[in-house]
Amino acid sequence: MDIIKTDNLVFEYVTTNEEGDVTDVNRALNNLNIDVQKGDFVAILGHNGSGKSTLAKALNAILLPTKGSVIIKGMDTRVEDNLWDIRQTAGMVFQNPDNQIIGTVVEEDVGFGPENLGVPTDEIWTRVEKSLKDVNMLDYRTSSPNKLSGGQKQRIAIAGIMAMQPECIILDEPTAMLDPNGRKEVIQTVHEINKTANVTVLLITHYMDEVIDADKVIVMYQGEIVMQGNPREIFSRVDELKSYRLDVPQVTELAYELKKAGLDLPDAVLTIDEFTDAMSKYLKG
Amino acid sequence: MIRDITIGQYYPAKSILHSLDPRVKLVGTFLYIISLFIVKHYTAYVLVTIFLLSAITLSKVPLKFIVKGLKQILILLIFTVGFNLFLTKGDPVVEFGFLTITDQGIITALKMGFRLIFLIIGSSLMTYTTTPNQLTDGLENLLAPLNKIKIPVHEIAMMMSIALRFIPILVEETDKIMKAQMARGADFESGNIIQRAKSLIPILVPLFVSAFRRANDLAMAMEARCYRGGKGRTKMKPLKYDKRDMITYFVMITFFILIISTRILF
Amino acid sequence: MAIKIENLNYVYSPKTAYEKVALDKVNIEINDGDFIGLIGHTGSGKSTLVQHLNGLLKATSGAIYYNGQNIYSEGYNFKELRSKVGLVFQYPEHQLFGTTIFEDVAFGPSNQGLSKAEIDERTRKALDMVGISEDLYESSPFEISGGQKRRVAIAGVLAMEPEVLVLDEPTAGLDPKGRDEILEQISKLHLENNMTIVLVSHSMEDVAKYANRIIVMNNGQVKFNDEPKAVFSHYKELEEIGLAAPAVTYIMDGLKNIGFDIDVSATTIEEAKKEILSYISRVQ
Repeated sequence: MDIIKTDNLVFEYVTTNEEGDVTDVNRALNNLNIDVQKGDFVAILGHNGSGKSTLAKALNAILLPTKGSVIIKGMDTRVEDNLWDIRQTAGMVFQNPDNQIIGTVVEEDVGFGPENLGVPTDEIWTRVEKSLKDVNMLDYRTSSPNKLSGGQKQRIAIAGIMAMQPECIILDEPTAMLDPNGRKEVIQTVHEINKTANVTVLLITHYMDEVIDADKVIVMYQGEIVMQGNPREIFSRVDELKSYRLDVPQVTELAYELKKAGLDLPDAVLTIDEFTDAMSKYLKG
Repeated sequence: MIRDITIGQYYPAKSILHSLDPRVKLVGTFLYIISLFIVKHYTAYVLVTIFLLSAITLSKVPLKFIVKGLKQILILLIFTVGFNLFLTKGDPVVEFGFLTITDQGIITALKMGFRLIFLIIGSSLMTYTTTPNQLTDGLENLLAPLNKIKIPVHEIAMMMSIALRFIPILVEETDKIMKAQMARGADFESGNIIQRAKSLIPILVPLFVSAFRRANDLAMAMEARCYRGGKGRTKMKPLKYDKRDMITYFVMITFFILIISTRILF
Repeated sequence: MAIKIENLNYVYSPKTAYEKVALDKVNIEINDGDFIGLIGHTGSGKSTLVQHLNGLLKATSGAIYYNGQNIYSEGYNFKELRSKVGLVFQYPEHQLFGTTIFEDVAFGPSNQGLSKAEIDERTRKALDMVGISEDLYESSPFEISGGQKRRVAIAGVLAMEPEVLVLDEPTAGLDPKGRDEILEQISKLHLENNMTIVLVSHSMEDVAKYANRIIVMNNGQVKFNDEPKAVFSHYKELEEIGLAAPAVTYIMDGLKNIGFDIDVSATTIEEAKKEILSYISRVQ
């Protein structure tokens, strides 16, 4: 079943002057059709300003479609009564780790979502403990978020969403402000949650190496979907990706360059092991 | 540095004071502050001192940490003590030119200094031992009757707790913006008042922009986590009085009565 | 020699419970025309170090010489130092404040006591260097895209015409094309305007591509200070301190492990490609 489905989704930012006349219309999303299956790990790649954050907000009913629709697990985001169920079903993690932590103590922050949902006290505690365990941060439950690293803060934010027991997590550039180690921690955590808790993941990013293990990659460019497929299909189209202000992992690029220089190598090489395999095959063959 | 401010911070530890219900601590601090202004006789001073010292011991907050918090009110303290020292009428003890110190002045200055220090230590002891969330929970609960006269107590409490969380972040941000503008040759220390006020624009504009961006982000993050006001909300840490809370109330009231009696008896 | 750092120590909040040694006996020389890559994990002291270079932080002990003069000597002009050593902070767009882009970029030069004509000229030149066209000069710096904001903020420092440009992670948060554009512009400043560059970065690929020397910080100390190839040959030690070599280093190492007789010192894709192709033509 589709957990996320958009049907010809259009979103426009409208600027008005003081008299209320429309002065500027900026189409951030143009006829987007996306469907995400339950349990999938889907990555959305796109340059700065490609509309990927707008999409994330539209999926969480923070923004409502100008045209078209967004359906989360059968619920239309335009129906106001669905609002809280949608947000509980598809939780959202944002880019800036500091601006989404509400509590001054880790465990109190993780409990914030369940409190809002009216979960009984005993169960809040079980959920908080489980979520902190899921993101490997149980040892920090009584720490102050200000004392944590960026990667740890993002894991707390993920735990805060997990405590709402969502079926799907949308992460809007969760690693953009982190250092390489923080990025690794967060991506690893997200994969673990996807596998062990069977939570559908929609990861929005512009780091190529973070999408290699995704089930499906969607590439956005100027508000439109321009490529869709599994990572191998996407990364075999190096020049096309570059024209969308994106890139490929270094190992893929090297293989591609060698291929251009005349070596007979496979289309998309994604890891170092694949690269060395391909090279030894090439020399033997 | 502004970053070293310890007043209003939480000091994590496992102590009796930490485990008390925040309402007890709020009411207790309130009674204690009133006591400070009732004390007159030296026995009352002794009583208050014993009381505060036992509270400090029970809190397990290191004395060094508490003293450091006092440093930040040093200027206020010097002013208060200075004013009382020089401006109180009485029998002159020492004279330097137009300044006279009187015996009454010394006594009042000492008393005011004592009160101020004890006031700061006492109230910061509450914030050291209570997380901001507990504090706002406690306030929200104590002030709940005000809901009847249409005062949005929950919202006010939520605002307070968010402010407490973001103060250190904004302080750090101010520091960063100041440095960035100094790197572009900005000068905040010289010039007349108008020039100095003007030199604040490059700090204040980015700071406001950033504060609004953060507020916007936070509001979105709270909505995404299904926050919709106090209605239908449950609590992870509901306030429940324990036996030790009752004992503390009893101790506090006894202490308060004792202070009042010193005022009546002596 | 542009900058010489001698036995620099810096302690945060000394004599308190929060005391932390941020810089520990740092000795570095930066020569005119250098392009230095400064790397280290978060908290290794690299941001603290760069804030010493223009006198924003004052060392607990040690000395810094700028063009032979000790900046801690009596009466040293810090304001002038800050215009010679331009420092671009992380997320510099967060410090924008002007009502127009032009006004914002002119802030630096107008603090230098220049004439209006000179301020105008420097501002135009700086905006030109970062590729902001004239039709944007009167726009608000808050109404342009993120990448443009970043470039305007960098222009704000360039307008002071520094001799040394220090950038703290100038590409953080940008998309791949945006990262390349900024780095190419910095490289141009280095090659065409002969600016000395200190680039703080988390990307090993970037420093490998642009820097002629890499300084690795760890726990407030200088762990390595050498040419990129020499530094990345220590990739096992780099991993121990939470860093890594560029992906290319691992690829070359992988090839060596399966029996390719190649030189593993390549750190960029170009070099790796050349080395692999030459190996193949040798064996075939």
